[in-house]
Parts: sequence; C-alpha cells; structure tokens
Amino acid sequence: MSSYAPLFAVIGVMLFWVVLGLAGLARSHDARLVFRVLFPLGSIAGAILAAAGLAGISGTPAALVLPLGLPGLPFHLRLDPLSSFFLLLLGFAAAGISMYSAAYFRKTENIKPGLIGLQYHLFLASMLAVCLADDAYFFLVAWETMALSSYFLVITDHKLPEVRRAGFLYLLIAHLGAISILLCFGVMQNNAGEYTFELMRAARLSDFWATVVFLLALTGFGAKAGFLPLHIWLPEAHPAAPSPVSALMSGVMLKTAIYGLLRVTFDLLEQQIWWWGVVALAIGLATALSGVMFAAVQTDMKRLLAYSSIENIGIVLAAIGLAIIFHAYAMNVLAALALIAALYHCINHAGFKSLLFLVTGSVMHATSERNLGHLGGLIRRMPWVAWFGLVGTLAIAGLPPLNGFVSEWLLLQAFLLTPGLPNSYLNMLVPVATAALVLASALAAYVMVKFYGVVFLGQPREEKLKQAQDASNWERAAFVWLGATCVLLGLAPVAVIGQLDSVSLLLVDATLSGNIARSGWLFVTPASPERASYSAPLFLAGIVGSVVATFLLVRWLYHGRVRRAAAWDCGYPQQTPRMQDTAEGFGQPIKQIFEPFFRIERHMPKPTDERPYYWSKTEDHIWFWLYLPVAKAAEWVSKLVGVLHHGRIHLYLIYSFVTLLALLFLIR
Amino acid sequence: MIQFVVSQLVQSLLVVVSAPLMLGWVNQCRAWLQNRTGPGMAQPYRVLGKLFVKDAVIAHNASPLFRLTPYVVFGCMVLAASIVPVLATDLPFSPAADVIALVGLFALARVFMALAAMDIGTAFGSMGARREMLVACLAEPALLMVFFTPSLISGSTALNNIVETLAHSSLAIYPSMAFAAIAFLMVMLAENARVPIDNPATHLELTMIHEAMILEYSARHLALIEWANAIKLTIYSAIGVALFLPWGIARAGEWLMMPLSIAAFVAKIAAAGAGLALLETMSAKMRIFRAPEFLGMAFMLAVLGMLTHFLLER
Repeated sequence: MSSYAPLFAVIGVMLFWVVLGLAGLARSHDARLVFRVLFPLGSIAGAILAAAGLAGISGTPAALVLPLGLPGLPFHLRLDPLSSFFLLLLGFAAAGISMYSAAYFRKTENIKPGLIGLQYHLFLASMLAVCLADDAYFFLVAWETMALSSYFLVITDHKLPEVRRAGFLYLLIAHLGAISILLCFGVMQNNAGEYTFELMRAARLSDFWATVVFLLALTGFGAKAGFLPLHIWLPEAHPAAPSPVSALMSGVMLKTAIYGLLRVTFDLLEQQIWWWGVVALAIGLATALSGVMFAAVQTDMKRLLAYSSIENIGIVLAAIGLAIIFHAYAMNVLAALALIAALYHCINHAGFKSLLFLVTGSVMHATSERNLGHLGGLIRRMPWVAWFGLVGTLAIAGLPPLNGFVSEWLLLQAFLLTPGLPNSYLNMLVPVATAALVLASALAAYVMVKFYGVVFLGQPREEKLKQAQDASNWERAAFVWLGATCVLLGLAPVAVIGQLDSVSLLLVDATLSGNIARSGWLFVTPASPERASYSAPLFLAGIVGSVVATFLLVRWLYHGRVRRAAAWDCGYPQQTPRMQDTAEGFGQPIKQIFEPFFRIERHMPKPTDERPYYWSKTEDHIWFWLYLPVAKAAEWVSKLVGVLHHGRIHLYLIYSFVTLLALLFLIR
Repeated sequence: MIQFVVSQLVQSLLVVVSAPLMLGWVNQCRAWLQNRTGPGMAQPYRVLGKLFVKDAVIAHNASPLFRLTPYVVFGCMVLAASIVPVLATDLPFSPAADVIALVGLFALARVFMALAAMDIGTAFGSMGARREMLVACLAEPALLMVFFTPSLISGSTALNNIVETLAHSSLAIYPSMAFAAIAFLMVMLAENARVPIDNPATHLELTMIHEAMILEYSARHLALIEWANAIKLTIYSAIGVALFLPWGIARAGEWLMMPLSIAAFVAKIAAAGAGLALLETMSAKMRIFRAPEFLGMAFMLAVLGMLTHFLLER
C-alpha cells in the first residue's frame, strides 16, 4: 500500500488543481479570491507534488486504472521513477511560479481573473497528467489539453495583433507535433489494437519500424521542445505570454517534451540504434548553437530568454543523443552518465529559467518596458530583483559553483569518455561535437552578461526608470524559493545524482552510485576519483574563504576609506546614458563574426541623405528556407483548388454529378 | 595529511606573493629588448603598495556589485593558484576542481569583471566589457579544447593526474600536444590581455580592452585587480610549463625533491616570461576584428590536436 501513497498524492494534486481552476470560474470577477487565495493554494499543492515526486523517484512503480474516458478505453496511470522525476520538476517550479503569479496578475485590468485561473491550473494539471499517463489515449488527451490551455494563456493579451499571430504559430506547430506523436503511437501499438504503454513495451518492432517510431517521436516532441528547425514558435510565444506563463512554458512545458522523448526512446522501445544518437546529437548541438547566437543579437529581454531556452534544450538533446549512442553499444554506465547529465540539466533549467522569466516579469511591471534599449541601472532601484537575477544569470551562464555548471561538467565528462566507443567514425566526430558544445556554453556567458548588464547595470536609459519600484513580497518569496533551488542543486550534486540513479536504472539499466559512493558525499566522481572529481561545497568554501580573507586582510593592513566622485571615463565630463552600449551594440560583434548564420537586412544612409538613418533587421534563415516555401506552396495549392470554386450552384451540381459517375465507374 | 596541507599553503602563497615578480620580470625583459633600462623587477610591488595606501575613489552611482568585484576576482585567482600544480602534484585541494572547473573559475572572475565594468554606465566601461566577453567567448572554448587533448592522453581531467602522466610517460613527444601547445600560447596571450590581442601598457581610448574595463577603479580595488591579473599570468605560465614541459615537478610531501622542483620551476617560468616579452616586442597589436580570426585559429588548432590524438595516438 505504501508504494501507492505517492501516486495517490499526485492524483490528489491534479484533482486539486482542476478544482482550483473551476472554483475561480465560479466567482470569475473576484480578483482577490482568485489571485490571493487560489494561486497560493496551488503553490502549496505544487510543493506537495514535489515531495510526492521525490518520494516516487526511489519508490517502486505504482499503476492504477481510472474508470474514466471512453467505454473500453479507461485512463491508465503509472508513477515510476522517470515520471516522478518530472513531477518533482513540475512541482517545485509550479510552487514558485504560482506564488509569484499571486502578485503578478493583480495590475492587469482587461482580463478575467477566473478565466486566467482556470487556464493556468488546467495547464498545470495537464502537464501533471502527461507525466502520469500510461496509455497513448490518455497521454494524447493530456497533451492536447496542455497545448490548448497554454495557447489560451499565450493569447491573454489577445487584443494585440502580434500576440494573436504568435498564438497561431504556436498552435500550428503544436499540432504538427501532435500529429507526429499520434502516428508514433500508432506504429508502436503494432497491430495489437491496444494503446497501453504496457503492451507497447512488450511489442517487438523491426529495426525499420523502430527507426520510424524514433524519428516520429523526435519530430513530435521536438515541435514542443523547440528542436531545430521547429523552434520558431518559441521566440514568438514566450514574449507574448504573461511572464509567469512564459516561466511555466519554458521551465516546465519544454521538459514534458523531453519526458516524452525519453519515455518513447528508452522505455517503450526495446533497443536503440547507434545512429539515432548521432542524429539527436547533431540536431541538439545545431539547436544549441543557433539558439545562443540568436540570443546574442536580441533586443527584447523575453525573446533573448526564449532563444536561451532553445540553447539549453539543445544541450539536453545532445546529452540524450550521447546516451543513446552509449546504450546502443551496451556501455550502460556511460549511458547513465550522459542521461543523468540530461536530466540534471532539465531540472537546472527549470530552476534558473523560471527565475529569470519571473525577474523579467517584475522588471516589466515596474517599468512597463520589455525592450533592452529602454532599461538599465535597475540594480539601484530594484535590489531584490537584481540580486536574484544575478543568481539566475550566473547559474545559466554555467559558472561554478552554481547548478548550471554541474550538468555541463557531467556532460563534458561523458564526452571525454567517448574514446571507449568501438566505432572509429564516431571517435572522429566527438572532438567536433565537444567543440560545438563548449562554444555554445561560452557564448551563453556572453549572452547573459549582455542581459544582466543592460537591464540592471549602468545608467537608466529612460527618465521613468528612476521611479521603478522593487518587487512585492509574494514575488520576493518566489525568487527566494527558485534562487535557493539553483544554489542547492549546484552545491549538492552527489545527493541529486543519488536520486537520479533510479531513473537511469529504469532507462539504461545502470547507475552511477557505485562510482559516487567510493569518494563520499563531498566529491562528484562520475567515473573514478583519478579520472575526474569536482566538489561544489569545497569550491564555494574556497571562493568565499579567499574573498573574506582578502577583504579582512586589506582592511586590517591598510584601510577601508572610500570617496565618491563623478565617474572618470578618461576625463569626459558629459556622460549621458545614451553613451553606454545598447543591446544592439553589445550583440554586434557576434553578428559580425557569425554573419553567415543570420539573415541581415540593412539600410545604410547615403552621404547625400538629408535625414540619414541606419536600420538593420536580423532574422532566421529557416523562415526563408523552410517555412515560407511551405506557406507559399500551401497558398498555391489552395489557389488551384480555388479555380474550381465559382459560387454558382449549377457548377457544383455538375461536380457532384461527375463525382458520382466516376465513383460508379470505379466501384461498379 | 598535515604535510599535504602545508605544501598546499606554501604553494598557493608562493604563487600569490611572487606573481608581481613575474610581471616585473616580463616588463624588465621587455625594457631590455627595447634598449631601455627598465624600472627594475620590484616595480609592480611598489605600485601595489602605493595603490593600497591611497583612498579609494568610486563613482556616485557605483552599486555594491562594483565594490564586491575586485575581491571576487582576487579570490578566484587565489583559488586557481591552489588548484594548479606548480611545485608539486597531489595537492589536497586539487580533487575539488579539475581543469573544467578551473576554466569555469576563470570565467566566473571574468563575468564579474565585465559586469562591474558595465555598472557605472560609461562608454568605455561597456565597450571594454563587450570586447572582453567577445575575446573570452572564443578563447574559453579553445582553452577547454586545449585541456581535453592531454586529458584524453592521460584519461583524466584532474590537472594533477594529467601532469603526473605526462611527466612520467615513456613517449616523450605527442604530436597532438604540439597542436595544443600552439593553441594554448595563443589563448594565453588573449586571456591575459597581451599583445597582439590587447596591450597592457596602453591607455589609448579606442584600442584598449582590459584597461577599459578597469578605468573606474582606483586605489585598493585597482591594486587587487592588478594583482589578480599578475596571478593569472603566473598561473597560465605555470599551466603551460606543467602541461608542455612537465619534467622536474615533485609529488606533494617529497621534501627532498622540493628544492629541485623550485629551481626547475623558476628556470622554466623565467624562460616563459622572457619568451613572452620577446613575442610582445616582435609583434604589433591587431585590430579588434582580427582577434576572432586569431582565436578561431587557436580553436581550430586545439580541435585538430584532439583529432590528431584520435588518429595517431590510439
């Protein structure tokens, strides 16, 4: 019975979220009730979900059949380590984001609180259901509910045309993905006529059909996760959505796609073929590099973060690709290492990306500006937001001793262990792949310095920024919660890996705990202590110790006297905020170095222009190489069909008559 | 145990205290090469001493981040000095951080420096920060790739084990390490703001990178940053000699080996400093947009080194 306790807790949280949503609908205009009572209650439920997920990771799998759904197609639920891990991720992120939402939505006037509450809590409950589903039918019901509820959240500001456009694009790509997932499950059921995951696990597919399943899953889940070239909806939808929704979508929803990919690839399919891993690795690295390059040239802070999410998802996919390669060659411990790096990066990204999106939400509330070109100097007006933003910035830039570094470190270790692979072509590819990965992570630091420096440091670029107010208490609580998670995940990698072991045991039949246990709780040693070790607590102690010692020594030996004066700046007396680097300026070197990757339109002034101006626009080649041709082809086809439509009844009668004749002739 | 800790402390303190001397030696060599008398090797100490006693002047709008940064940068470099095996391997602190963490540590210091440079909101500060991050985002991957070649050879990313393996290996010359060595030299020049990427002696507005970032600092803050830079240069030289000329390094606790180890280290690092001065005298500073080509070449050489390892040495 005890193994069922986490499952029941999880189901309870799901129902509770649905009830919260409906309760808000009952008193739809009562903003106080919805935001100040229901959202905090939802936040507590999130914390309970996180605890249940934590309990479920190490517990035994528990399954349940709910007598809901269609006749003959009941809902199958199952809680195993993999779903528990993603529920833990959902729970802790939702706890922070709901807490934040309690304060965030208060000021917006043209929305219905009850509707927002319903969509928000349905979104949470459907993400939970995706992780819990144990048959394809329930999975797809949950998946579509998730897509729809998030679509309505994205178009909260539906009066703006660009928001509606972003929402449409999101819905379109989401459905492309859903079709792909539907086909994927259709192939996997292997003529059994049953759609439970239990039967799919038992089904034996030929290599060809297994490959079809994998590629369909990669496309379908890739559309939701934002793998190249299906990433284009992310930078449109994230800025359009309210900040807590962006945080949920980026921090959690992208991870449900990773969950689906892992579930299909490692759990439902019996074995993997090595070149799948190469495909995943290549797409992952291309996604990571393109995401980070585009992030570097953005001028909208939420678009910048959306592109950075694409980068991080690419890194996760690269790690999954490596895990597939190792597992296909039966090197299970190394597969476990790569897989744990992927999962670790997932949970890290949920922490710091949610935190940063919430930070941008507070900045937008205080300044009603999203454009980096109009911000600046907020560290002096909004210290809470700024200092927690710094935690998120350092974490996402992959700097030790915070959490982003740990997962990148684990992934690099996995890369360095590839010489053991018995395939010499792969061995050649690995240096190139490693190079791409380290380049992406170095560029991420560039991007984050740009983000933080332009928003929070320097002089305020607009007069009104001097009146900006710091975040409210609810928002601060959310920052503390998510910031503390980033720090803890960074400082206690041994404990985290210990938990992740049961997931890797389930998926690739191996754990790292044998290697970890040898060197105690202080050191992470993925392979052996001689090979590599890292100790975040010692590292932090070293930095803090030497910083404090330096500070005290300088004070003790010399003095701490400080005078304030005007900025020096090589003696220029007239310093205006416009002399600082703008976001465009800061991204300019990247634009110049990686010019072939961008599609840049420029207008240069001529010497004879009476009103000279400079203008440039940076776009993604993929729009012009892939999406516009497809759109044009669709338009062309519909025009051809349009030729048949004249709007005269006798013509349509002739069409029916001809069709009838043709059918009679064909079928007889 | 106690002797390990002692050797750790001795080594870290030695690097921190002698770092300005290394800088002085490079400057002195440069002066000789340019037919100048030079200020003497102790000049950096005099400069630091002068800066420490002065009152710090900071801008009106400087945030706490600005005042914190010099300490963070200095602390990071002190920590780095205790990770790198200079005189002996088997340091007790070294399991806490391997080469990847070391690169991360340098990145941490750099990100703080760049953020502090943007804090005041002057034209030069943000220009310096942008250029520094540009150089770094190309130099850092190259540096990691340089480190990965010896870690593949030795099967470890811990600097200690890499140096042990290389110092006691039967095969004296690895072709892949030749590529890595050239790439490392190029990265070292870039990361330490030396000619041809940057010129530590310049305050010409439009050409400076590192100096532009620290324009607003004065007195003890400036002293800490300058000292940290000297430590960084010394550490880079120490990594270079440890990876590419590892002979003569002792194991921790081998007290008898220590004098020999110290002598070998001093000789190697003096040669490295003289070489650096020679390089700087012979070459001119590049335009900033030539820097990506230079660093891109370093990156490609490092990747080639790794490929060579896979092709020839396995």
